[in-house]
Amino acid sequence: MHARILGLAAFAACLAAPVCAAVALSDAAGSYTISPAGSSIRFTIGKAGGGGFGGAFGRFKGTIRIDNADVGRSKVNLTIFPESVGTGQGRIDAFLRSDAVFDSANNPEIQFRSTNVTRTGETTAVVTGRLTARGKTFSEKFTAELDGLKSGTIKFHVTGKVLRSRYGMDVGTPIYSNVVDFDMTLTGRRG
Amino acid sequence: MQSSITNTATRYGWAMIILHWLIGLIFIGQFVLGFVMMRIDSQRTSFELIQLHKSFGFLLLGLVILRIAWRVGDAAPALPPSVGTLERKAAPLAHFALYAFQVALPLSGWTLVSVSTLEIPTMPFNQFVMPDLPLAESDAAESFWSAAHWYLAYAGIALVALHILAAMRHHFLLRDSVLTRIITPSSARE
Repeated sequence: MHARILGLAAFAACLAAPVCAAVALSDAAGSYTISPAGSSIRFTIGKAGGGGFGGAFGRFKGTIRIDNADVGRSKVNLTIFPESVGTGQGRIDAFLRSDAVFDSANNPEIQFRSTNVTRTGETTAVVTGRLTARGKTFSEKFTAELDGLKSGTIKFHVTGKVLRSRYGMDVGTPIYSNVVDFDMTLTGRRG
Repeated sequence: MQSSITNTATRYGWAMIILHWLIGLIFIGQFVLGFVMMRIDSQRTSFELIQLHKSFGFLLLGLVILRIAWRVGDAAPALPPSVGTLERKAAPLAHFALYAFQVALPLSGWTLVSVSTLEIPTMPFNQFVMPDLPLAESDAAESFWSAAHWYLAYAGIALVALHILAAMRHHFLLRDSVLTRIITPSSARE
């Protein structure tokens, strides 16, 4: 218990002095369950002529495992339920759930399974993994930034771009961009 | 020398003939497309057909502006002498109404997409972004213009049907040149 408090203190110090972030990440080692409270999965798609539209997935689940010895062997699994998509416009939500986009009745889950985690900085990493949506699987990359670590809770800010056409969701291009910008906050609780 | 592009005192030139049939075809096609796109089950196909309907709507509007400009600059031929007094008075009104619908339909459609809270950009034939009209978006305005576009479409297509019936009557019953002169500048009749 005492060691853990020391570790947390080390991590807090690391935020001020990134040099010892390695100490912090090793302290962060362990398994976490993504907690919907404190987490969000938002996306935006650019529109022709400027602007864009955005939304969020209300329901998702997943785990984050940070390897103590080798950060590169850390794992992230994330399952999104596309039925829970929300844009603030009911007609767009219905369109996104329909077979025009997610076909959530036949494809109730979008899954991400990490295959590789590469440290890119003191608090950043690139997470490569296999994204499966509508029965199609492709390798995708996301950038994760450690956003906080305290009392068994770890928080990452994750961003990445996904080409929707590869997953049979090209409807509306080029009026709506093929590029979906993801912006996620994933909060994991130890255990 | 008689030009076949412009109208003469008794004949339509190719410019008005081509614009007439092109606009007529697109107008009727738009009615059919509009009908189908609102009833089709597939949301994806519906979305794509609506974008196509918007593309043809802007093409129609462009052609109609050209047609009106041509009509103003190149007087339409006089009606054949065989046309009766009542029809002579009714024809310009009917033709004015047809022009009014050709303008009102694409304009009401443009208004509809401009006030729609869906904010879907318009890209005619995926070529360029057509800006929205500077109107306030609201669900109420969208419902109103959706209904207006719908009623105008039905009234417009009814008028087109009347126009076609009148042309048939001229051709098969009265046997005059009213239909043939909008087919080619050098009609055999009269």
